[in-house]
Amino acid sequence: MPSLLVILPLLAVLLLNLPLNFLRRLALPAALLLALYQAAFALGVLPACCAGCPTQERWFLNALDPLTSVLLLAIAIVAFVSVFVLRATAGEERREFNMLNLVFLAVAGMNGLVLVRDLFSLYVFLELASIASFILIAAHREMGGLEGAFKYLVMSALATMMMLASIALLLALSGSTSFGAVAEALQAHARHGYVLTALGLFLGGLLIKSGVMPFHGWLPDAYSAAPAAVSTLLAGIVTKVTGVYALIRLVLDVFGFTPATQQLLLIFGAISVVAGALAALGQSDMKRMLAYSSISQVGYILLGLATGTGLGIAAAVFHLFNHAIFKTLLFVNAAAVEKQTGTRDMNQLGGLAQKMPITGVTSLLAMFSTAGVPPLAGFWSKLLIIAALWLSGFHGYALLGIGASLLTLAYFLSLQRRVFFGLVRAGCENVREAGWALTLPSLLLAAILVGVGLALPWLIGTFLLPVKGF
Amino acid sequence: MDPTFLKQQLLMNIILMGAMLLGALATVMLRQLVKAAIALAFTSVVLCVVMFKLNAPWAAVFELSVCAGLITVVFISAVSLVKPATEEERAAHIRFKTRRYFLLPLVLLLVGVGLSYVTGQPLPLPAAEPAGTELRSLLWGPRALDLLGQVLVLLAGVWGVVMLFKEEK
Repeated sequence: MPSLLVILPLLAVLLLNLPLNFLRRLALPAALLLALYQAAFALGVLPACCAGCPTQERWFLNALDPLTSVLLLAIAIVAFVSVFVLRATAGEERREFNMLNLVFLAVAGMNGLVLVRDLFSLYVFLELASIASFILIAAHREMGGLEGAFKYLVMSALATMMMLASIALLLALSGSTSFGAVAEALQAHARHGYVLTALGLFLGGLLIKSGVMPFHGWLPDAYSAAPAAVSTLLAGIVTKVTGVYALIRLVLDVFGFTPATQQLLLIFGAISVVAGALAALGQSDMKRMLAYSSISQVGYILLGLATGTGLGIAAAVFHLFNHAIFKTLLFVNAAAVEKQTGTRDMNQLGGLAQKMPITGVTSLLAMFSTAGVPPLAGFWSKLLIIAALWLSGFHGYALLGIGASLLTLAYFLSLQRRVFFGLVRAGCENVREAGWALTLPSLLLAAILVGVGLALPWLIGTFLLPVKGF
Repeated sequence: MDPTFLKQQLLMNIILMGAMLLGALATVMLRQLVKAAIALAFTSVVLCVVMFKLNAPWAAVFELSVCAGLITVVFISAVSLVKPATEEERAAHIRFKTRRYFLLPLVLLLVGVGLSYVTGQPLPLPAAEPAGTELRSLLWGPRALDLLGQVLVLLAGVWGVVMLFKEEK
């Protein structure tokens, strides 16, 4: 039952906080079990959703479709991995327990967000995921984390203010906040000033939440200053669900593809793809480079969505899933490097592939996947996005996507050279592979990247193309 | 409708909006947290009146109760942790805030005027939930999911206080 995906995390928080000491020790296994249950649920319903079978009415959360199922799966995988990273890096048991409670709430927020079909409910769950994230970023109470959390909070407040104002206008227009009613009202009053203002405000809010350029000010600070497990969760899935997924869902189900929306997505997508990659080139902090890389990859998703075609939308959703996997893997590897060496400054690192072979190899796989090297998962999603752009007549944007892939390869090769290749740097002689809590998730994510890449011929007809048929 | 009545309504709306804006500005400008909290409460009260005028009594009641609930808890926690600023710090703070925010009311006014041109003719507001509607049916019927979401949001807020403040002691 989809409703359980929101209710179970709430129950877990309530039960684990009963005044019984042994319950605290159950928090970590409970989080892992919930993530596994969610992954199994998503994998179980995905084939039925893709085959177009209508899902039965189930209490208040009944909206399952291929897009929702894919996102539920991605949330489960990233949450599962983040819990491992939390175990490896949190330090104190009490802090780990407190952070796990917030991870439960963030997951409940994201699950609710992908399952609802009502603008105001979407806003409520979006806020839940965001509030849990602000607190998680600042969890270690260090100056960097507090600054990152504050920037994210301020920008998010601006975004939610815009979205609330838009919801108010749309409610005035349609008398309801359900997706269906609002979509009907928008069609009836397509050229009204209220409609244009409401659309502009909502899209602006979602672009801020997605962290695309030029609304990205908060993102590098939040990603790089957050504790390792939080960076993994935030970069892997939180901003993807609260920003990118919400944008895809609303454009498809509510706002529709107008020429203005299409141009907006193309322009912001193109700026993010190129400027994000260029900014990543100039970074020496490993996590900041990954943060700018995220901005660039989100740009690709926007470009795919902007085509408005079945292929483009399927490719955008596929890249969203792939991005969740490879960016999570890269942040797990960054956590392993930081934990073992005590620094993220790439100029102080070198030759770590000899000392941390699993981290080195999985990092290389994630990098190749991000840059679009065949046959990894990221190659196929980028190829499909570029093909969709070309077939839709956006030849310039397609060429720009190919060019930016070379930039991606350039900054990731720079990362690999400085961190993993070459001679072992002074001070890194005694570095060893991080423990199983970090290597196991790395291997799991790398296996997904390779497996999805190799299984594409089967996936494309079975799961990818049906994504457009909501 | 009677033009005098409409004028009175317009005047009332302008006064309420102005009061709300002043309250919000005072909340971010004031140095002392207790005074800032009072200014925020004042803003909430004015917002409540606006909601009542818009025939949304439940929303107004929730605005007051939620603000007086979670936010007060957060403020009390925060105030208990800070130390008073020195005279020098206070003066520097006032200079900084004045420099940063003095244009804000003008910007808001211009945005409002601009939006009124963009949006064009007003749309008729849909009928609000009548005041006599059973609250339980509203909360456990159409908005049950939002209620669950808000419970979770409150829980996250409480957890934030626990993590960011309580551990310090």
